Amino acid sequence: MAYKKPVQKFTGKIREVTLGENLKLGGESVLPFYSFDGDTGHKPALGMEIWDVYPESWPATIVNELGDRAQKPAEWAKYVEEKYNPDFICLRLVGANQDAGDKSPEECALVAKQVAEAVNLPLVIAGCDSNEKNGKIFTKVAEALPEKNIAFLSAVEGNYKEVGAAVGLAYGNIVVAESSVDLNLAKQLNILLMQLGVKPEKMLMNPGCSAVGYGFEYVVTTLDRIRLAALDQNDTTLQMPIIMPVSFETWKVKESVATEEDVPEWGNQEERGIAVEISTAVGVLTAGANAVILRHPRSLQVLREFINCLI
Amino acid sequence: MALSGMDIYKLLPKKNCKECGFPTCLAFAMKLAQGAVEATKCPYMSDDAKARLSEATAPPMRTVKFGAGDKCYNLGGETVLFRHEKTFVNRPRFAVLFSDAMSEEEIQGKIARMNKVNYVRINEEMYVEIAALKCESANKETFLSLIKKVKDSCKKAVPMIITSDPEIARAAVEECKESGPILFGADEQNCEDMVELAKQHGLLLGVTAPDQEKLYNLVQKIQNLGYRELLLSTESGTLKQMFDDVVNIRRTALLSQDRTLGYPTLVFVNKLSKDKMMQLAMATLFVEKYASVIVLDDIDYSLALPLFALRQNIYTDPQRPMKVEQGLYKIGSADENSPLLVTVDFALTYFIVSGEVERSKIPSWMLIPDAGGYSVLTAWASGKFSGKSIAKAVKDFAVEEKLKTREIVIPGKVAVLKADIEDELPGWKVVVGPDEAALLPKFLRDYADKKVS
Repeated sequence: MAYKKPVQKFTGKIREVTLGENLKLGGESVLPFYSFDGDTGHKPALGMEIWDVYPESWPATIVNELGDRAQKPAEWAKYVEEKYNPDFICLRLVGANQDAGDKSPEECALVAKQVAEAVNLPLVIAGCDSNEKNGKIFTKVAEALPEKNIAFLSAVEGNYKEVGAAVGLAYGNIVVAESSVDLNLAKQLNILLMQLGVKPEKMLMNPGCSAVGYGFEYVVTTLDRIRLAALDQNDTTLQMPIIMPVSFETWKVKESVATEEDVPEWGNQEERGIAVEISTAVGVLTAGANAVILRHPRSLQVLREFINCLI
Repeated sequence: MALSGMDIYKLLPKKNCKECGFPTCLAFAMKLAQGAVEATKCPYMSDDAKARLSEATAPPMRTVKFGAGDKCYNLGGETVLFRHEKTFVNRPRFAVLFSDAMSEEEIQGKIARMNKVNYVRINEEMYVEIAALKCESANKETFLSLIKKVKDSCKKAVPMIITSDPEIARAAVEECKESGPILFGADEQNCEDMVELAKQHGLLLGVTAPDQEKLYNLVQKIQNLGYRELLLSTESGTLKQMFDDVVNIRRTALLSQDRTLGYPTLVFVNKLSKDKMMQLAMATLFVEKYASVIVLDDIDYSLALPLFALRQNIYTDPQRPMKVEQGLYKIGSADENSPLLVTVDFALTYFIVSGEVERSKIPSWMLIPDAGGYSVLTAWASGKFSGKSIAKAVKDFAVEEKLKTREIVIPGKVAVLKADIEDELPGWKVVVGPDEAALLPKFLRDYADKKVS
């Protein structure tokens, strides 16, 4: 008998969504990196995280390299653009948290505007820990930066009306629908946002992320199932590209946080943090993410090479 | 190809003797078709029928073994492409590559690092299972001395002999046959000799060919020589092609149901990149999809922590969530007056909660009762997380003897348990914690401040 290479053809296709001026996500009609089956769509995008406040908890090499720029988000963003040129920049409004300055939505909008004006790269805005406050923050930021295809992380079950109406409907930006690691919840939130009137080409999904080792099997299985529903069953309510804030999760787990004094045998702390970030990012890209947010320049470099090797 | 229940029924004796445990031959045939029972349960089947049946009902991918004693591992035997369809069964094993052309210093360094990575994570001991030993010197004595050195120093690792020279392979097998080594590899030129050697000692035989098609032909040839304990690999030099190979070998077995490629696969990620972090990225890809042996250049905790944890996650049976052991866990340098928290034994909950407690930098104790391995609300709803189970854990783990505190923090979502717990634990005060683990750092800091003042 002669070898016959198997092929899986699907009827569905992931939607194309444009971030910023020209960063296209999605468009694939096969499983991630299955170039042997057909069109893998646009290259997975890599974003870099910056904060609106001084990143005290970040690895020393990054903080040292940034120097004074770490105090000024716009300069920080510009530096990242020039030095590392990621596909997009994610401004995370940590300073809006109660215990980190409790910035008002207006102050957040001002910072976002400064960052947006400083760089040419597409922008993603991530909020603080309070979904309720995020509704107000996103409204102000979207108002200050209308029609720019900025993605907002995230609309959740509790605030989707406010976020969807402001970000998606009133100011023409992109709504990221975030649910907690369950296909049906992801589907339901997408449907609710669409019923509100948000156009699917202005939507992305974050169906819930964690670091490897921390219930990551649920993350992978949810991604697998969403992708199979979108491609194999042609479920149009699940065909939005997926963005995952990998760094938000990986830099807070024990493997990244424990110092060398805490666990001497584990060795260099920064290296562990980078490794968890790389492994988690590859893990979600392999299962279906179209964009990931990273913190460490070394992770960005490795992920970029990894993707180029596979595409 | 798979047989239907009716096809199988035709091969059965149709006596309805019930000795197989089923009421009729037809019922037995249906179970056989589902793979739910073994053909050998029927005592009256002809040998010819048995042979045809065992061929037809065999799983699409073989389960093969390597190692010896308590270091014996299964590979392969997978039945699905996605874990939610059923479960993945035999986790991939990691190998570190040694060559007899390496300097003594390099070899000793790798041995030391391999032995250093050894820890327990959720009831599973983590270490590198395979020492991949490559003959590059073309000199038998040099190679044997490498095998001896690694074998004597890395007691936990099963050797994988890597050579294409059957004579060297024979001597190498003699050197370490008691540990059940993997023999790698059989190729187009040497396969007769390699198969004979593997057969003689019952070893797992690594097969290597330049591409998928040549591998397919080579496996047919080896099967015709009568050997089926195989581990497949291709010699593709790029990640893109290697991913294509590994995915399509698996799909040929499971989708096309062609058992010629129904064997586990091996990937030398160390040949695809020399960079440690790139090897990590590639190994991550192949843990998810679908390699069974992954060879790295080296190991340390920065590689092991994510890779072993990922593997443990991906190979968890979706129907059986991971449980942590019950007990009283110390987080940071907690003393007898530190805060005491209680949550369930569902591994994910434990990890998230303990992570947040650590992040708070407030040394604390965590009490984990027997809550059936469920999440907080599920365990509460099913009565497994209750005043009784918590009081039992307080007693079983001698909390009153070990700690002076008589306050216990419970998850906010089960605030209703407060009275129940206080009834079961006289002298204790229940403090209701936050609804979400993410709010624990702030809660614990406030709680500790209050206690001091």
